[in-house]
Amino acid sequence: MLVVTNLDVFYGRIHAVRRASLHVGKGEIVALIGGNGAGKTTILSTVSGLIRPREGSLTFDGHDLGRTRPEKVVRLGLSHVPEGRRIFKPMSVGDNLLLGAFHRAKFGRRALLDQDLDAVYALFPKLAERRAQAAGTLSGGEQQMLAIGRALMARPRMLLLDEPGMGLAPNIMSEIFRHIRALRDEMALTVLLVEQNAKQALRIADRGYVLETGRIILQGPAEELTENRDVQRAYLGREQDGQA
Amino acid sequence: MNLAALLQYLVSGLTVGATYGLTALGFTIIFNTTGLINFAQGEFVMLGGMFAVSFAHLGLPVGLAVVLAALATTVVGAVMERLTIRPVAGAPAINLVIITIGVSILIRGLAMLAWGKDTFALPAFSGEVPLLFLGAAMQPQSLWVLALTLSLLAGLRFFFSHTMYGKGMLACSFDRRAAYLVGISVERMVLLSFMIAALVGATGGAILAPLTMTAYDVGILLGLKGFAACILGGLGNPFGAAAGGLILGVLESLGAGYLSSAYKNAFTFIILLLFLFVRPTGLFGRSSGERV
Ligand SMILES: Nc1ncnc2c1ncn2[C@@H]1O[C@H](COP(=O)(O)OP(=O)(O)O)[C@@H](O)[C@H]1O
Ligand SMILES: [Mg+2]
Repeated sequence: MLVVTNLDVFYGRIHAVRRASLHVGKGEIVALIGGNGAGKTTILSTVSGLIRPREGSLTFDGHDLGRTRPEKVVRLGLSHVPEGRRIFKPMSVGDNLLLGAFHRAKFGRRALLDQDLDAVYALFPKLAERRAQAAGTLSGGEQQMLAIGRALMARPRMLLLDEPGMGLAPNIMSEIFRHIRALRDEMALTVLLVEQNAKQALRIADRGYVLETGRIILQGPAEELTENRDVQRAYLGREQDGQA
Repeated sequence: MNLAALLQYLVSGLTVGATYGLTALGFTIIFNTTGLINFAQGEFVMLGGMFAVSFAHLGLPVGLAVVLAALATTVVGAVMERLTIRPVAGAPAINLVIITIGVSILIRGLAMLAWGKDTFALPAFSGEVPLLFLGAAMQPQSLWVLALTLSLLAGLRFFFSHTMYGKGMLACSFDRRAAYLVGISVERMVLLSFMIAALVGATGGAILAPLTMTAYDVGILLGLKGFAACILGGLGNPFGAAAGGLILGVLESLGAGYLSSAYKNAFTFIILLLFLFVRPTGLFGRSSGERV
């Protein structure tokens, strides 16, 4: 569904992503793991059109993404839930969700959007309780649900999730990951999941890639990566110290 | 204290303040979507008045002349964005701000060529027989200015809180990157913000013109006053900025009335400097840390 081939991305002279290739098949959950500064966010931002690659190709369902503007990528059915959630904090929860459907808003379509709003509220009942509240007043977990809900309002076929577990208490993090799993299992969404928390990510993923200083150094089925010595040492062990 | 005189000062202050407020509103709308101070905002106000004078001169009814002037200036705002801002999008903010200064000089120069250096008057919308109220004499035009300004504010309020485009523009101001990611065309929002800023600024200039006269260079001072109103009300908050304009107009008018009219403009700039030093977020501003 998403195919990234030999991607090179620069920030000025900083070579942030080096000849990275990955693919995500329809209905898969693929984890992209790697430490801080490895280039995970850069890859997602390039896929969603926020950054232009220097070299390499990106295709989504056959559409070339290399020159596609971010607002067009959303229209193709690929939604990006950014690192740090980036919800519109001063606006209400309801308005945040509605904005997720920005490009679908046309005269006379309001009923359709209301249906989708109800579907998101059914998925995340906590958001329903707080629909009139300013988004900035939500807890971290609720903000993450809002960010995901906002992306769902675009009716995507695939989600890019950038560190959805960041800064959340372990039980809240597990709840978010359960939701991600359910999105795939029940709504047939395809997911590319970026995480520093490799353990949680590999637990729900089918396959994974390990990124280090801009290069993909390992890939394989999730169980295999979980068993891998290097991965355990570099990305799984640290969790026990509570640093990951 | 003489109540009639006080009332008189209040009304004339609110009238001029309404135009400051609309100018300020234009500043904040562009600032919110782009992070820029558009120094050509005052020229939009000038163009509103001058276009209205020209249209009225062609024999059009004054109401129609004002509407056409506002629309013509909206086109100027759109052209400015497309020709001078969009091609250099992504350039450092300081470069863009300097471009807006260049555009303001250009517009003023063209206006001088087109209209000369004379001062023009626009007929009042409904005569000039003063209305007496508690001993104060009020120009009917003052009521027009206040009523039109309030309707424009109400319209914008509706736009920002009840329409998808309005919410989208707000979203750009809160988080540009996230706005892209939800599928908002940020470029289109920037264009729209220049158009709205031009529209409200020009309306402010055109409705005030019957009271104050207008000329090719009134944009400089009106722009500065509008900017001071923004700082007073809070740069990130459109309606705070509009309120800042009204407050500034009243302060100026009271100062001129009770102290000395010679220092009328100085009051504005003392207030501006005080706020820049003491409370840069303005009376109603959210903390600048929230802008991304
Ligand atoms: N806007 C930027 N400008 C310059 N360098 C950047 C920028 N964003 C990220 N980088 C650099 O690119 C590299 C990859 O960053 P990033 O993709 O954010 O990593 P990750 O998401 O894996 O933590 C890092 O070395 C980072 O310092
Ligand atoms: Mg990152």
